[in-house]
Amino acid sequence: MEDEFMPVRISVNGTTHRLFVEPRRTLLDVIREDIGLTGTNVGCEHGSCGACTVLLDGISVRACLMLAVQANNHEVMTVEGLAHNGEMHPLQQAFWEKQGLQCGFCTPGFLMTAYELLQHNSNPSEEEIRYALSGNICRCTGYQHIVDAIRLAAQSMQEQAAATTPSGTTA
Amino acid sequence: MTTKANERAWIGKDIKRREDPSLLMGHATYVNDFKVTGMLHAAVLRSPYAHARILSIDTRAARELPGVYAVLTGKDAAEVIGPVPAFCAEPVVEPAIAIDKVRYAGEAVVVVAAESRYIAEDALDLIEIEWEPLPVVADAVSGMQPDAPLVHENLTSNVVYDHVFTFGDVDGDFAQADHIIERRLRWPRATAAPMEPNGAVCSYDPAKGTMEIWSNTNMLNSASWVMSGMLKIPPHKLNFYPMYTGGSFGSKHFLGKTIGIAGALSKVTGRPVKFMEDRIDNLTANDSQGPDRIYDAQLAVTKDGKFLSLRLHTVDDYGAYFIFAITGNTNMMAQITGPYTFKSVETGIKAVLTNKNQQMLFRGAGSDVGNWVLERLVDAAAGELGIDGVELRRRNFIQPDQFPYKMPTGNIYDSGNYPGVLNLALEHFNLDAWREEQARARQEGRYLGIGLATAQQRSTYSSTEFWLHNPGPATGLNSTPESVRIGVGPTGGVTVTMFSPFWGNSPETVVAQVAAEELSIDPSEINVTYDSTAHALPSAGPGGSRMTVMLSGAVHGAATRLKDKIFKIAAHMLEASPDDLEMVAGHVRVKGAPASTVSLADIGMRAYWFKLDLPADMESGLEGTFTYDHPYTTKPSDDRKDLGAFYPIMGHAAHLVVVEVDVETGAVTFKKYVAVHDVGTILNPRSLQGQIRGGIAQGIGITLLEEVCYDEDGQNLTSTFVDYLLPSSNDVPNIEVYHQETPSPFTAYGVKGGGEGGRMVAPPAVTSAIEDALKPFGVKINEMPITPEKIVRWVKEAQARQGT
Repeated sequence: MEDEFMPVRISVNGTTHRLFVEPRRTLLDVIREDIGLTGTNVGCEHGSCGACTVLLDGISVRACLMLAVQANNHEVMTVEGLAHNGEMHPLQQAFWEKQGLQCGFCTPGFLMTAYELLQHNSNPSEEEIRYALSGNICRCTGYQHIVDAIRLAAQSMQEQAAATTPSGTTA
Repeated sequence: MTTKANERAWIGKDIKRREDPSLLMGHATYVNDFKVTGMLHAAVLRSPYAHARILSIDTRAARELPGVYAVLTGKDAAEVIGPVPAFCAEPVVEPAIAIDKVRYAGEAVVVVAAESRYIAEDALDLIEIEWEPLPVVADAVSGMQPDAPLVHENLTSNVVYDHVFTFGDVDGDFAQADHIIERRLRWPRATAAPMEPNGAVCSYDPAKGTMEIWSNTNMLNSASWVMSGMLKIPPHKLNFYPMYTGGSFGSKHFLGKTIGIAGALSKVTGRPVKFMEDRIDNLTANDSQGPDRIYDAQLAVTKDGKFLSLRLHTVDDYGAYFIFAITGNTNMMAQITGPYTFKSVETGIKAVLTNKNQQMLFRGAGSDVGNWVLERLVDAAAGELGIDGVELRRRNFIQPDQFPYKMPTGNIYDSGNYPGVLNLALEHFNLDAWREEQARARQEGRYLGIGLATAQQRSTYSSTEFWLHNPGPATGLNSTPESVRIGVGPTGGVTVTMFSPFWGNSPETVVAQVAAEELSIDPSEINVTYDSTAHALPSAGPGGSRMTVMLSGAVHGAATRLKDKIFKIAAHMLEASPDDLEMVAGHVRVKGAPASTVSLADIGMRAYWFKLDLPADMESGLEGTFTYDHPYTTKPSDDRKDLGAFYPIMGHAAHLVVVEVDVETGAVTFKKYVAVHDVGTILNPRSLQGQIRGGIAQGIGITLLEEVCYDEDGQNLTSTFVDYLLPSSNDVPNIEVYHQETPSPFTAYGVKGGGEGGRMVAPPAVTSAIEDALKPFGVKINEMPITPEKIVRWVKEAQARQGT
């Protein structure tokens, strides 16, 4: 049976994991079951709902459509990687402030999609936000509160960046 | 007595939800995140046929696969579990796993428990089944024919329920009418499709004869006795744990089948077993599809536009089983005549069994259909009588001084101000300007449409709803309670415990706000927990827009009892009379003597650890519990000419919508959407607005996109999210939400439920707007979803008729 398993080295939220996995196992299942990070949710397992969105080397991927072995030697970021020392990331704070969630099940996928957007576009328009979110389904909110949250997050992240001195310390 | 509105510190305050941080950080435990040592994983082999006899099943190869613990056919499972609990009086029996024959494509045929889901699914591939396909009942109309194949052979017909309810002198009122408006209307089969499918972990202990169940069923306390018969374990030996639920919208009330599958496998293996639906399981077999109705609808009206009577006759495609009977039709009778004064109403219901996954409930629970049907008739009447739609509605509204209002079916509307809601919507809309814009656009060859709906949003059901459609004496359930426990610990910490789970609503925020109000502390100081059924007080669980009303009442009651003891202890400590005390900022003090004060911590410590310093005969400890029963319900009459008050906490809404329709592509674009809702006293504007906007998104979904489609062989054509289209971020506009607050006279603080209103009012408003846009073509819209393909076809057909 041993030859059915492959060694992989996956970094998740900055921690490197060395695992033996069956090649057929999805990145989603390995993150949730082997690594024990259950914040990323299983919504459809056919790549159409976006609930399982994680970042692979900073680029959003559907963890249900990717095999764990394909993530070998790559860096994964999940929803658990956003907060630091129990303090929510400004994006999470903005989702809280604007109530960009209700049941919360799709939310980790939206957060990772929005995080990626804001890395590339620090001040997205409503149209750009809606376009970026078009691959994530939310059944609860009607999206407006999510769009508002991402606009607020962009604003607070810009303010935070402006408040940072050139030496990189917070003013 | 509850506090007066202007004295309230926390009720009505716009605060962030306390549920959110753990959801945002990925910490909340949904059922699929839950693990227990030794847990196995289940997978289900589903029927490829909609209707077929199972001739043989060979599971030998599957059983021999390493890592497989159990393989159960329906007959195997029947040795350890009974049928899925059903609430219908008719003998329609659903096994969790099919026995002898299957009745819809996707029905469970064999289940496997293995050490991983992967191995369980491998095992499914090794199972051989010999089938005898049977003729398929593909829709309700063909299923009603006398020669139709029978879905259930123990019945003499697929028409499982057939009854006409008449309230008032319908024939007489129709005879007096100047006009009879008639439409044949079709409401499409949709499905709740929450982002989280159904799931359960069942752990059977053969030594104790107990089972622990972690699932996303929403009705824990009901489930614990309802499931007992199926699991063949006494209710007090079942313990259901509340889990965070990733959306339900009515689809997760019981989960009998899900729990039956996991429960049977756990009983057979003696190990905990998880069964988690995948998306195809959920879309093909979740046992909770929505109404699928054809209506012959008639409105009797005078030449002045005064509504007299309604006749609504429906054929409803219930699918292969009938676990909730015709509740979706009964529900609608709570508000069937809408916000209007009608003298009488008749509603005929033919429920037909077909080879499809069955109906249960979906947000609105049938009252969504009633709103759409009634508002379609009202729009039709406005058109045929040449009376403006706004004016026609105004002429027929129940007036603010007519409440409490008994409507023709016997249900009570507690309070309302419908003209006020409509006026507020118009204030924020500027109808004249949009009419001008519409005319201007038509000059340019563009088609704008303006839609209006004014409709009801009933809340807070009574359990009489589940059986009042059956004839005979009123003998069914009539309790629909909800309870909380508020404890103050020895250091003064306050914990509120609930006995129903989170399902995407805001129960933790609600109870913290109300407890903070009553105890004069900050909600952030309050801890909120849930408890399992082994420790539970009575609760019915979320559904029917009841939790805000019921939890508010329960917290109010528990806080009152708790405060009674707090004041007695404080009075003893302060050597004062309890009547002279008040609570301020976590302290009890003598009115007018602020220096004479003790903190909740002082009182808590005294209550738990200083028995000899308590008032004589007082027990140690400090908690208040309260079971809040339905605030206003009555039994139906034995002849069912009066259904009683079964959904009396009545909200209302007006939606005004502008769309642009591209007649070449059929695309519908929203230009403006105004929604005014009145759900009594608002507890938290932020969470209510979330419910309203999210509900409207679902209403837009069924109006434009969503339909569960089956082909003539009964194959489900919409078994993935590629085929079953949910609204995306580009399909739902920004929605302006405004509120009117007409308190309920029956509930604590005057609160009403607002969880379903958005979905219940959007479909008629959006349909009305699209019909208005297509008015130059004379298109009448009698069905949903209004897809681009249909719009293009209707316009082409109209142009052919008009010879253009």
